[in-house]
Amino acid sequence: MGRFEFYGQGLPAVEASELKGKLVVVEGTDGVGRSTHIGLLKEWLESKGHAVLDTGMTRSALAGKGLKAAKEGHTLGGITMSLFYATDFADRLENEMIPALRAGFVVLTDRYIYSLMARATIRGADPEWVKGVYEFALKPDIVIYLRATVDELMTRVVQTSGFNYWESGMDLRLGEDMFDSFVVYQGRLMAVFDTMAGDYGFHVVDTAANIQNVSDEIKTLLEPLLIPA
Amino acid sequence: MKVYGKHRFPGRLFVVEGIDGSGKSTQLALLEKWLESEGYGTFFSEWNSSALVRDVTRRGKKKRMLTPMTFSLIHATDFADRTEQHIIPPLKAGAFVLADRYIYTAFARDVARGVNRGWVRNLYRFAVKPTIAFYFRISVDDAMKRIVGGRDAINYYEAGMDRQLSDDIEESFRLFQGAVIDEYERMVDEFGLVVIDASRSIEEQQLQMRAIVTKALTGARKNRIRRWVDLNSTARASRP
Repeated sequence: MGRFEFYGQGLPAVEASELKGKLVVVEGTDGVGRSTHIGLLKEWLESKGHAVLDTGMTRSALAGKGLKAAKEGHTLGGITMSLFYATDFADRLENEMIPALRAGFVVLTDRYIYSLMARATIRGADPEWVKGVYEFALKPDIVIYLRATVDELMTRVVQTSGFNYWESGMDLRLGEDMFDSFVVYQGRLMAVFDTMAGDYGFHVVDTAANIQNVSDEIKTLLEPLLIPA
Repeated sequence: MKVYGKHRFPGRLFVVEGIDGSGKSTQLALLEKWLESEGYGTFFSEWNSSALVRDVTRRGKKKRMLTPMTFSLIHATDFADRTEQHIIPPLKAGAFVLADRYIYTAFARDVARGVNRGWVRNLYRFAVKPTIAFYFRISVDDAMKRIVGGRDAINYYEAGMDRQLSDDIEESFRLFQGAVIDEYERMVDEFGLVVIDASRSIEEQQLQMRAIVTKALTGARKNRIRRWVDLNSTARASRP
């Protein structure tokens, strides 16, 4: 009891001490394999008898669609985008994650406030402002940070989804084309993540190894959390 | 990121604040007419009107999906879009921006809904500090008379019905707006809001506003464009 706490003053009408489940965050830049590993973790957790809720960015009932539509246009400014994501996140935190935690689920979330803070910061937002905005977030039980070099990332991206406007930071025009912009943008994101890894105690997992080995490493990190109290 | 108090633009930003029924929109419209007749270019921006965000807010309100936190965040998103698209550019161009409600509306309403006072102030730190922010002071009873007289129904969120203060919408409005007024009153000194007694006549209030605004006009650009385009559209509209 009393295991959970908020980063700041928290949410109105939510008592962190009544939350029972586990909050597991998988973070990492685009193309690093987050969704693959979340899929594998979910299967593993369920086979061990844990109820799992998986969630991720822009999936909120309230703001998910609106945010996607806003990203289709060309007028979405940096601060507006940050706050739109914050709205999406708050809706999922209050209406998905917290009820699941109250019911004792393992909540697996594809990204958390760290990605949102990193994106806002490299778009010129004041880091203290961003930190303040997300003070309503719960501190997770564990943050798994999947890491790859920019070289590894671009190889994967080329062979899978291809370069995407936002994942390449094209709104910031960091290079002549999507490839150049991707390299600069992902490099900047990683620098912010590396700083946060220390500040927030991330568990860094290098994704250069094959998928099975990486997955085993993540499972080993999660095991101590899963021992019944 | 520039923060509150740090923006420096050649334009002017005039803001009206107060609860529904305080008469602030009427006063702002009269101020706009006067500024235009004096040759100043004006740009009007209303609370909760960003095209990018509006559908989300509307749906959230209609389906009653909003919590105090998401209510606060979605309004901040709307405000950020208007700040980036509609407030900063005209101010940079030396125009006058007239805002019907501003960040103080969020501070008053969100805190009345239980959101932390410090958190919501930080949330809006990117806002441009107004040249003058007028606060139209009125009692809940007087505001109620104007709203009930002028409109069919009181809005669900405006009455704070999401707070479950009372099953009766008028009683809920009274309780919630009472808390909103308490927040406004606390902000008068904190942000230097200029108080206008909204129980005085419309003409008296407008004279008082114009006298205060006049002092802020030194050095402002008279850049109103003669709107020959308006004549064209009028001609088109009147074509059979």
